[in-house]
Amino acid sequence: MTAAVLVRKLAYGEPGNSQRGTGGTPPGTADRRPLTRRLGPGPRRRFAALAGPALLLAAWCLASGTGLLDPRILSEPWTVVATASEQLASGKLQEHLGISAHRAALGLFFGIVLGVVLALTAGLSRIGEALVDGPVQIKRAIPSLALLPLLVLWFGIDETMKVLTITLGVFVPIYLQTHAGLRSIETKYVELAQTVRLSRLAFIKKVVLPGALPGFFLGLRFAVTGAWVSLVVVEQINSTSGIGYMMELARTYGQTNIIVLGLAVYGILGLLSDGAVQLLQRKALSWQRTMAG
Amino acid sequence: MATNDGRLTPAAKAPTTTVSVRGLIRGYGPKGVLNGVDLDIAPGEFVALLGPSGCGKSTLLRALAGLDHEVSGSGTVTVPAKVSVVFQDSRLLPWDSVLGNVTLGLQDHDAGERGRRALAEVGLAGRERAWPHQLSGGEQQRVALARSLVRDPELLLADEPFGALDALTRLKMHSLLAHLVAAHQPAVLLVTHDVDEAIALADRIVVLDHGKVALEREVISGTNRAPDDAGFATLHASLLGALGVDRHRALATA
Ligand SMILES: Nc1ncnc2c1ncn2[C@@H]1O[C@H](COP(=O)(O)OP(=O)(O)O)[C@@H](O)[C@H]1O
Ligand SMILES: [Mg+2]
Repeated sequence: MTAAVLVRKLAYGEPGNSQRGTGGTPPGTADRRPLTRRLGPGPRRRFAALAGPALLLAAWCLASGTGLLDPRILSEPWTVVATASEQLASGKLQEHLGISAHRAALGLFFGIVLGVVLALTAGLSRIGEALVDGPVQIKRAIPSLALLPLLVLWFGIDETMKVLTITLGVFVPIYLQTHAGLRSIETKYVELAQTVRLSRLAFIKKVVLPGALPGFFLGLRFAVTGAWVSLVVVEQINSTSGIGYMMELARTYGQTNIIVLGLAVYGILGLLSDGAVQLLQRKALSWQRTMAG
Repeated sequence: MATNDGRLTPAAKAPTTTVSVRGLIRGYGPKGVLNGVDLDIAPGEFVALLGPSGCGKSTLLRALAGLDHEVSGSGTVTVPAKVSVVFQDSRLLPWDSVLGNVTLGLQDHDAGERGRRALAEVGLAGRERAWPHQLSGGEQQRVALARSLVRDPELLLADEPFGALDALTRLKMHSLLAHLVAAHQPAVLLVTHDVDEAIALADRIVVLDHGKVALEREVISGTNRAPDDAGFATLHASLLGALGVDRHRALATA
């Protein structure tokens, strides 16, 4: 086969220097294209995520200001703000917050590692799936709260028990969503990996992990919220520090304002951490073209 | 040939075939798809595999690509060590950049440089960092071609690689593929249902029907490749005949 002959025969396929008009919008007609897709949620706006919480806050202010809400039932927002500045000035809030955040971060870290390792084990081998999936489903059916008495018996009431409880709450959604993401990777990519002779390790790095990433992030959002929830539980039982302890103490003294402050702190932490995960998610999944954009 | 790295030592005799298929039988369940296919491809030879839809072209190609583990059958398939596959869908990893897709699985330290060169060869220099979804269908398929050729295959398998492209893009891809094949000299098995595509590109055309090779024809430039060559009409008619299309009747009802 000679190249020259083929090329000559195929010359009709070459891009020619065709004559083209100026194109574009004819003079006099404005560009009337709609700025957004007709279907779908529309363009992304900055700080839009804050609109919902802000509305909630406004309703709270309104209800307290008009006297509709008895301060003995729910403190006024401004009382909570005042309490917050008092607690900040005394350094107590930072101390409790720091301890709580440390516990949540540790539990989250171990939970993520455990969840991802189990998801890979179950997703990449049939034996792994047979061994791992059942126990995780069983754990999923048992709420962390129900395990608490046993964990206290085993580990006492120290940090290990607290971090472990959070870990056990975190790894389940990470496992479930990452595993689901992994299983949804299309066989065509596995075939491709085979034809380019990817090693097992390269296959995991180039195909499995990136393919499971959308599922992982979905699981991470559940996990982060779940970590705060578990934290409340462990800090209100046999604890001497942390936001949950601060609230539990306030309950015994009937300090509604501190209880509400604790709730507000949990709310803000939840919102911030979810926002951080979403930001990370958008960065890491920028290759995706989805409706939400 | 399937042993070691596929390169023969200078002392060894030059091989006369790169691909050798003997008595290949494949079927999904009890229904047979391939009923004893024999096929040889010489080094550097361009073979087009024609056949009606569902006749088993992809099944044969997948057997050569080593992708038919779950298919029952018998027969022998000998292929070289370095085989590249181009699928009908470009099959780019959506989460990897264009360059990352081209160099997927390459371990040499100069993989990036080679990938860049391969992209330049298919006319996509400067698009290395784009995501696959930012490219048009034709561009995606060119990336897939770059991904195959950067591996210096001895055998290039392509399953209707231009089937999803519009007619004009398809013609451009034909000349690109001809250029690339001339430059890299792999043996090629191109699966297509397009008679004109087969005639334009192949050295030899094999028609598959009822699970067997029904017809083989050489294509020789200057003899029967171009529409104004003397042998063109005969070749065209015999291929259409083997595909079960009576051209005169097709024209009459058109
Ligand atoms: N995975 C499969 N399971 C069952 N039948 C299949 C499968 N793949 C292909 N077939 C059948 O095998 C026949 C040949 O398919 P294929 O090789 O894809 O044909 P072609 O590529 O020539 O269009 C078809 O009848 C098809 O329905
Ligand atoms: Mg096919």
